[in-house]
Amino acid sequence: MRRILPIAAGLLLAALLWEGYKALGNPAGTVLFGVRVLPRADDLSMPHLATIADRLGSPELAGGRPVWQVVLEACVFTLGITATGFLAGAVVGLLLAVAMQRFRIVERGLLPYVILSQTVPLVALAPLIAGWGGILMPPWATVAVIAAYLAFFPVAVGMLRGLQSPSAAGVELMRSYAAGWWRTLLKLRFPAALPYLFPALRLAGAAAVVGAVVGEISTGTRGGIGRLIIEYSREATSDPAKVYTAMLGAALLGLLVAGAVSLLELPLMRHRRHVEVVTL
Amino acid sequence: MTAAVVVDGVTKIFNRGRPDEVLALTDVGLTVGDGEFVSLIGPSGCGKSTLLRLIADLIPPTTGTVTVAGRPAGQARRDQEYGIAFQQAGLFEWRTVRRNVELPLELRGAGRAERRARAEEMLDLVGLADFAGHYPGQLSGGMQQRVAIARALAVRPPLLLMDEPFGALDEMTRERLQSELLGIRATTGTSTVFVTHSISEAVFLSDRVVVMSARPGRITAAIEVALPSRDEAGRQSPVFFEKITEVRQALRGTPAPITAEA
Repeated sequence: MRRILPIAAGLLLAALLWEGYKALGNPAGTVLFGVRVLPRADDLSMPHLATIADRLGSPELAGGRPVWQVVLEACVFTLGITATGFLAGAVVGLLLAVAMQRFRIVERGLLPYVILSQTVPLVALAPLIAGWGGILMPPWATVAVIAAYLAFFPVAVGMLRGLQSPSAAGVELMRSYAAGWWRTLLKLRFPAALPYLFPALRLAGAAAVVGAVVGEISTGTRGGIGRLIIEYSREATSDPAKVYTAMLGAALLGLLVAGAVSLLELPLMRHRRHVEVVTL
Repeated sequence: MTAAVVVDGVTKIFNRGRPDEVLALTDVGLTVGDGEFVSLIGPSGCGKSTLLRLIADLIPPTTGTVTVAGRPAGQARRDQEYGIAFQQAGLFEWRTVRRNVELPLELRGAGRAERRARAEEMLDLVGLADFAGHYPGQLSGGMQQRVAIARALAVRPPLLLMDEPFGALDEMTRERLQSELLGIRATTGTSTVFVTHSISEAVFLSDRVVVMSARPGRITAAIEVALPSRDEAGRQSPVFFEKITEVRQALRGTPAPITAEA
């Protein structure tokens, strides 16, 4: 209950801000020196929340299924892609981090490219990867590749930092136990890296969602929430609330992924919750 | 008497052949008898910690040989012939106190029941049996250091290496742990090499205090200490104060050569 309250309060605040701006803001938007600094507040740009909720309940097309069902289905489709991309990205990131920790020369040689990889515009990369669809892998998997491409980066960088975090004394201690590289990795470096890994995984989760949504759009994959956003935004002039239903779906997806990562963290970070100090 | 540690003609040069080359130890010879408690004392930079690390085979000597329990230091390390404790307890914060003490046994491949029994025994020895389920972050500095000592003793090593283990503790805790260490040593008969920069600590604990000087690091004196008893009365005895004076003079009596300062 105590954890649900702040979440509910946050949602309420967001709703109040939205409706408050709609009530107070200029319907044509605020323009300063020819630059629009505040968005339009009219019904076309910012539909009432009630309208969006209402739109969720009504049929997608005349006589079709209700929008919430379509959005939810798209969410499930994209969630599958996101999860696949996230897992693949996390594994690749972990392996890269371990290799970079193990071999100094790999770190020196590879790290610049790891960073460079994230500066390549996704739009340029997506058509290339989309080309693999149907030949090397099913089309949905190409989207997962794009998601993984974005997700591996924070894991590789964060995990490398974590693997390098143990003190010299800790490493010497393992050496005094005659523990080799592998056992030092398992008993010392991995556990020590966990506080670095989890924030990295959260970033990777968010990146995987973005990758999946953008990947669907730029590869033209059907069935997911990214595609839905594009389809619905074409109807934005006649049915402005509809595109917001798809965006809500994308937000829900992000929350789901973030929640899943947090759940992973709970059993592994038990020691962090014992804070009170005993003195003898 | 067989020797627990024999250091023979050891020289250690760091960063050899580079502009920042440092001669850390020169021509050091040291023998620690079985069951003997030897303290290494000297000013900062005299190489006492380096000497301890050489014995532990954490770093290799540049020249000379180190023998532990009759074997080359490397072999002795692989056989876990020694336990080691540093100034920082260096406990693994994600493991409970018990699992920290179990770590060296785990790496040795000991079974779960044996590990558990041994850890409990060692925690009992350092008076922390009630805290086995706690995490290191919940313990005070002195308690953490006791866990570190329990961990060092867990494999029942014939040799205990300690690098200023009580250096970061307050005076009261320090004295209590010194007495505990002596008690543990009396029950286990472990040979000990103990690095410190406290003269009174060295005299109170040791059978022999080895005095070192800096630039280059070398052994300048070895002072035998035979206190009537190693307890409160021992701390008050005239012998204790005499030996403190003797060690102090040995530390002072060997100023570093001025030529080496530049």
